[in-house]
Amino acid sequence: MKHHLILKVITKFMVGVIVLFGLYVQFHGDYSPGGGFQAGVIIAAAFILYGIVMGLENVQKVMPIWFAQKAAAVGVLVYALTGVFSIIVGFEFLNYHAINPEHPKHGQHYGIILVELGVGITVTFVMIAIYYGFAGRTPRLDDKEW
Amino acid sequence: MALTLKHLFAVIMLSGAFSLVSAMLFVVMDAVDVAFTEAAVGAGVSTVLMLATMALTVRVQKETKRPILFPLVVVCLVGVLLIYGTLDMPNFGAFDSPAQLHLGSTYLSITYKDMGIPNVVTGILASYRGYDTLGETVVVLTAGLGVILLLSGLKGRKDKE
Repeated sequence: MKHHLILKVITKFMVGVIVLFGLYVQFHGDYSPGGGFQAGVIIAAAFILYGIVMGLENVQKVMPIWFAQKAAAVGVLVYALTGVFSIIVGFEFLNYHAINPEHPKHGQHYGIILVELGVGITVTFVMIAIYYGFAGRTPRLDDKEW
Repeated sequence: MALTLKHLFAVIMLSGAFSLVSAMLFVVMDAVDVAFTEAAVGAGVSTVLMLATMALTVRVQKETKRPILFPLVVVCLVGVLLIYGTLDMPNFGAFDSPAQLHLGSTYLSITYKDMGIPNVVTGILASYRGYDTLGETVVVLTAGLGVILLLSGLKGRKDKE
């Protein structure tokens, strides 16, 4: 992919837009279609696109392997700790009324945003880690081999 | 066409295109969240992963010597059975289908009252069925761990030797 100038320029432009759209899908998920799963895949797709066009070593400078592998677990922790928090405050596991008992609706809203964030983090980094797993074992390919 | 092709690159691209078309089908049927997932996962990430897998193996499928008559009969039989099964299903968008009558209408009427968010799918997914979604997230993490252990782990061992 050394000589694909147009692809590189377009990719540099598109990666930012894709991540921005992913964040919109993530945090607007309770008003429009989308949510953690879809947003995670979209954000991961931005990194995968960057990795395909710019090369694996360049994307791993931005997102190291160890970071992607460890951050995947953080998402599940965010989700589960939201549930544990509601137990500590005195409600049932994952009962979001605990976050704001005076305004249960606000509590639900914050709770949904928190758990969707957890889902999004896990999906993003799991997808990136899986891509690294496959692409890291691939011998370097010439363009004509495709 | 994907059945007769031997070039795996073309097969992967066709399955990606098929996924995109089925995503459009979901949009037509008003299942926007599912369409979103299908387009992002089916057409996007899994196509890339299939290409990465293909780069690890061969580009062209091996010629098979076994007769294809029996598998063809089985596939056709299963297809006929599935189509026969759909005859019992309610029509698309029928107001008296079981999905609309019981839980569906209940969720549609109470979600906005309970949480004040308009996307009922997110409401069910993250709040009413929060346990299930936690489980799904753990499943995603487990799948990722499996791939990391299988692929990256092997590489580390090879480096040590």
